Amino acid sequence: MKAILGLEDGTIVKGVGFGAAGAAVCGELVFTTQYTGYEEALTDPSYAGQILMFTYPLIGNYGVSGKTFQSDGMKAEALVVREACDHPSHHLSGRSIYDFAKEEDRPGIAGVDTRMLTIKTRDTGAMRSCLLTDSDDGGEAVRLARQHPKISDQHDLIDRVTCPAPYHIEATGKDKPHFVVIDLGIKTNMIKSLQQRGVGITVVPASTPPDYITEQKPDAIFVSNGPGDPKKAGTAIDVVKHMMGEVPIFGICFGNQIISLALGASTYKLKFGHRGANQPVKDLNTNTVYITSQNHGFAVDAGSLDAAEAHITHLNINDNTVEGIAHDYLDIMSVQFHPEASPGPWDTEKWFFDTIVKKVMK
Amino acid sequence: MPRNPGIKKVLLIGSGPIMIGQAAEFDFSGSQACRSLREEGVSVVLINSNPATIMTDPEMADVVYIEPIKPEIVERIIEKERPDGVIAGLGGQTGLNIVSELAGMGVLEKYNVKLYGTPLKAIQDTEDRDLFKQAMQRIGEPVPRSKAVNTIEDAVAMIDELGLPLVIRPAYTLGGAGSGIARTKEELISITELGLKRSRITQVLIEEGVLGWKEFEYEVMRDANDTCIVICNMENIDPMGIHTGESIVVTPSQTLSDRDHQMLRSASINIIRSLSIEGGCNIQFAVKDGEYRIVEVNPRVSRSSALASKATGYPIARVTAKIAIGMTLDEIPNDVTKKTPASFEPTVDYTVVKIPRWPFDKFVNADQTLTTAMKSTGEVMAIGRTIEEAMKKAIRSLDVDMYFGFREWEREEVIDLLTTPTHERLFGIYHCLRTGFSIDEISGITSIDPFFLEKIQNIIRMEDTLHSELTRETLYRAKRMGFTDEEIGKLTGRTREDINDMRRQMGIITTYKMVDTCSAEFAAETPYYYSCYEEMCENEPTDRKKVLILGAGPIRIGQGIEFDYCTVHAVNALREEGIETHIINNNPETVSTDYDTSDKLFFEPLTLEDVMNVIEMERPWGVMVQFGGQTSVNLALPLQRELQRRTDLDTVILGTTPEDMDVAEDRERFNKMLQGMGIPQPEAGYAITEAGAREVAAGIGYPVLVRPSYVLGGRAMEIVYDENDLNRYMNEAVRVSPERPVLIDSFLEGAIEIDVDAICDGEDVLIGAIMEHIEEAGIHSGDSACVIPPQSLGQYVLDTVRDHVRRIALALRVKGILNIQMAYKDRVVYVLEANPRSSRTIPFVSKAVGLPLAKIAARAMIGITLKEQGYLREPRPVHVSVKEVLLPFDKLPGADPILSPEMRSTGEVMGMDYSYGLAFFKAELAADNALPLEGKVFMSIRDQDKPVLVQIARKITDAGLEIIATSGTVRYLSGKGFDVTEIKKVHDGSPNVIDLMRKDDVGLVINTPTSKMSYKDGRGIRRAAVDYAVPYITTIQAAMAAADAIEAMSKGELVIKSIGEYHSEM
Repeated sequence: MKAILGLEDGTIVKGVGFGAAGAAVCGELVFTTQYTGYEEALTDPSYAGQILMFTYPLIGNYGVSGKTFQSDGMKAEALVVREACDHPSHHLSGRSIYDFAKEEDRPGIAGVDTRMLTIKTRDTGAMRSCLLTDSDDGGEAVRLARQHPKISDQHDLIDRVTCPAPYHIEATGKDKPHFVVIDLGIKTNMIKSLQQRGVGITVVPASTPPDYITEQKPDAIFVSNGPGDPKKAGTAIDVVKHMMGEVPIFGICFGNQIISLALGASTYKLKFGHRGANQPVKDLNTNTVYITSQNHGFAVDAGSLDAAEAHITHLNINDNTVEGIAHDYLDIMSVQFHPEASPGPWDTEKWFFDTIVKKVMK
Repeated sequence: MPRNPGIKKVLLIGSGPIMIGQAAEFDFSGSQACRSLREEGVSVVLINSNPATIMTDPEMADVVYIEPIKPEIVERIIEKERPDGVIAGLGGQTGLNIVSELAGMGVLEKYNVKLYGTPLKAIQDTEDRDLFKQAMQRIGEPVPRSKAVNTIEDAVAMIDELGLPLVIRPAYTLGGAGSGIARTKEELISITELGLKRSRITQVLIEEGVLGWKEFEYEVMRDANDTCIVICNMENIDPMGIHTGESIVVTPSQTLSDRDHQMLRSASINIIRSLSIEGGCNIQFAVKDGEYRIVEVNPRVSRSSALASKATGYPIARVTAKIAIGMTLDEIPNDVTKKTPASFEPTVDYTVVKIPRWPFDKFVNADQTLTTAMKSTGEVMAIGRTIEEAMKKAIRSLDVDMYFGFREWEREEVIDLLTTPTHERLFGIYHCLRTGFSIDEISGITSIDPFFLEKIQNIIRMEDTLHSELTRETLYRAKRMGFTDEEIGKLTGRTREDINDMRRQMGIITTYKMVDTCSAEFAAETPYYYSCYEEMCENEPTDRKKVLILGAGPIRIGQGIEFDYCTVHAVNALREEGIETHIINNNPETVSTDYDTSDKLFFEPLTLEDVMNVIEMERPWGVMVQFGGQTSVNLALPLQRELQRRTDLDTVILGTTPEDMDVAEDRERFNKMLQGMGIPQPEAGYAITEAGAREVAAGIGYPVLVRPSYVLGGRAMEIVYDENDLNRYMNEAVRVSPERPVLIDSFLEGAIEIDVDAICDGEDVLIGAIMEHIEEAGIHSGDSACVIPPQSLGQYVLDTVRDHVRRIALALRVKGILNIQMAYKDRVVYVLEANPRSSRTIPFVSKAVGLPLAKIAARAMIGITLKEQGYLREPRPVHVSVKEVLLPFDKLPGADPILSPEMRSTGEVMGMDYSYGLAFFKAELAADNALPLEGKVFMSIRDQDKPVLVQIARKITDAGLEIIATSGTVRYLSGKGFDVTEIKKVHDGSPNVIDLMRKDDVGLVINTPTSKMSYKDGRGIRRAAVDYAVPYITTIQAAMAAADAIEAMSKGELVIKSIGEYHSEM
């Protein structure tokens, strides 16, 4: 199958298409540098609105197991790889990445110089792009890419990935606290990490108003990850503002940005974001550096935290961007990276989730 | 935290000679560490016995000792230098062992020397097999079921407990030395017996065989802040049961899911934390279906970490050194990006394949099975965008006559090869896929993951496609899969040139991508490239004056680290002259492939096409082929022809012209030239049939030296004593034909061999040094110990040698290096051969006399005369330097440990002192052949050597040692008034010398073998000496040197001086 990828700067790349035939899919082209964990990444709802490119050239080597999905299916709009493996090998593999993309009805393109596209993205910033399968009309792909709204102008991304209605998971331990989780496109593993600590969980859709949340009598609020520009998550920002000082509030990634906005700090779009499983984050308390999994295109403005009565707890030492904040005196803390991993290192899972549960228990 | 200001002076321990299991990687890591420490203002004292290392260059450390790496010597250096601390984790197994011994002796405490980086407890916990098991169990990490034992009886008892097969691993050994897989009780007994002998603490681990599980390695680092990072992981294509150094390895791992990978990564961090290592550490896992066992932990920089450094661009040794002096990862900049810190995990956007290089071409009788003990001498690494591309590049980097389809096997034969792997297994797999085996069948037999077998299948598919059609699309796809123009030509019935021209016209041009540690997430400044066929090329040629230097490829017998040393020196010299200097090489262990050695590094195979691709892109002024040994010399003529064919390129080959080099290589032309000059040479002839050979040999007179026409390191070269012997040789060793004649030289029995390294600029000749061989002529010069200055040659001989060298250098129009081998007998100096290229003695000579010969040669090659450089006078050292070689027999069961015209040694050491005896003693000590100063010496001497025996016996007995011998030698010595104990010959029963060796009752074996065919008896003795680690000597000349050494030691004491001190006295 033919396939062609067009970028808003006019770049056109030909390759071999797979997955959905006859597709015309637009999104922001972003790259991740993780080797493994394509199954987790492709099903991570934070990638909604984005075309995901892997810098590692061989993707799909161990197949798709279906056991580590981060949502109910593929959420990235499309994928771009140097080589997709048609004969995967792993004891848990259920199907190849080709079959997976086809079943998910999303297109992919293989055989392309992904390093060239990565360098373009690094130098120009993340660009809108369009992948056509069954086509070699590069002009059309570029035109569609240019017509597509910028990620910051997309309003429906959260709605596409949040849960349709609230649901509850019973606590498994005695006297365990009750977390209300605002689902902006939550990764399965965040819920799992909370669940493993025995807490009660009520997951609510992104549009849930503060009153409903208060009615749930939460011991803590947890704001999840999610796609796009955090400023578009108006209701979630309101919830945080409303619950501040009432109960402890925690968040991861998008949640970190939403909490910061609610506190009065500001966020901005990074040139091409942080995506990968090798991002170094320094815990400013201990000076230890942890390797973290990250997936974010926006960041909290460090200079705006003072006025918001918050401070930086974690710093990305590659570019000194904010990777974690805490309120100066309230029980509010959040991180920009992904302690729940999946994909990525497990280094901070225990620390983060133990800490937030302990904070609520005291 | 910043570096500890209390650390002003550090002792760095090198790893000694190149041997199986320990190649050039520690020169690479040691040199990096030296630079790294000195950058931080720490003064470095270095000890290494291996002169062929960059780390022992006078400018690398503040003080350099080329001395035996033995506790008593290191103690004296510590006493003299008073370092604040020692770093053990950078000198391989040698470094760890020495530090453990120094600690045990109380030396570290006595001189208040701290241990930086790897703590002593970590060494003990990982090297002592019992403590290791306990340490892992304490932190909940699973290990295979096992027990450490100290006796054979306890080992046998383990069969009941764990069943067979069992893996035997001795404690504190290198490269799995002494380990093995036992499938029967008998095997268990014999492996355990040797293993106990090899272990520093007489201990072996008997372990359940997790054979067939997949094997993975993780390279981890940790600092004082407890920051832990994984530099990379590696997947062994060959599963458990084959030592990782013997396995084909890919990085990063390919068949681990994210969950599998994170599980192993977390375990790695758990382990390095529990061992409190500050620096680098290597952890090996066995994995099966999501379950894992910890197989081994190396608390130090290793061969794998050298590979990891080259595979990712992350300088593990450099960072380890900085961590050792108290710095933390986030304070150390990533040298590649310059902008981000070292506390991240590298991520790559290519795949890397490593294939070991084995010495079986040299040891046809050795057991070639790949097992848990290492047998390879070196390795190659290749980088590609796909497995197929990287694998094909790696195979051609090996520089052997093996490629997919190079031979056929019978069905039974090939199944055997898959079951009992040798170095040919990869090619056997290809053969199987070609002949209808399914991937499942092959995977079932070999336990190799089908993922990798599919990649070989893909290569076969592409071959078939090429066979049927040649479109631009298939050509492009084939190039992207790593096919060479020549291969495509063969498959499509065209010439290499056709395909090359065609693809360039079609715009299929090699692109180069950068190795940048970060998959292009950040802009990198490192000029480290690999080739591929993609859209974007990142290499941007400058318009500066450029020279491309060809490296030496993998370390092998005959072509060792010496050539890397020369390459690096040539690069340095040219860079100092303001020339942009590029390197092509494919050996991940070396300094030449360090990213900051050259202006640009191309990590590529050394074939005509791969080199031409670089030339085409860079269009350098010149190429240098003299420094990379035979690999690069062999490319001289083909390159010359291709450069002539490609009229669009005006790159030239610098230095001695390929035509003149060929005069020296071509025996006939060379002999003619010498004849014309009136320079004597051994009588010689050549034959193209067996009958012809007999005729020539009879004409010259036996014994004769026979060999095939083009050889490297004396392959298939033998001394033949009579016609029967000649017939056998012609039948077994060579296939003679008009294209491949056999050369027959008169063998100068009992002659003294002389080696000279010189440099010529076309006008003047600089003699670096004249070396006198300690073994007689007939033993390959690469295997012979030698001494500077000569000890037994008179002024007349030396002057004749000098005269020969000058005249030959000028006659061959040498521009650059020239090595000449000569033999002296009966007042005649014969010339044996001349090699207008760097020789393996260049580093030894450079260190002995204090002249940077390779640098001087490189400058001469770009037109800076010796006069202009100020080097015309041959240096005259007052000290004596002895080079001794390291033989690999202990690592190669079954091989006969005898010296011959065929080169067998893997590495070398150097001993320096003020007398010949003491320098020889040091060299032997450094070569793990320590001469005894008390106890018993066993002698079995052939008749023609007996005249000098008296002198030897006198020195030995005067020094207080006892001589034991077999009847003939006893009779002879008793007749001369010596008191000698007689023991039985081996075939006459006990007690014989083998029994004594087994009981540790003999300190030195001197056994000079009789003629070629009656080796059998001696062979058993020699093999036992190797297996029981008893020093042994096989020539009368070396026996004499040993007697001198023993005598000197009984009267004097070793001098401990740095090479700087020696050189300043000249």
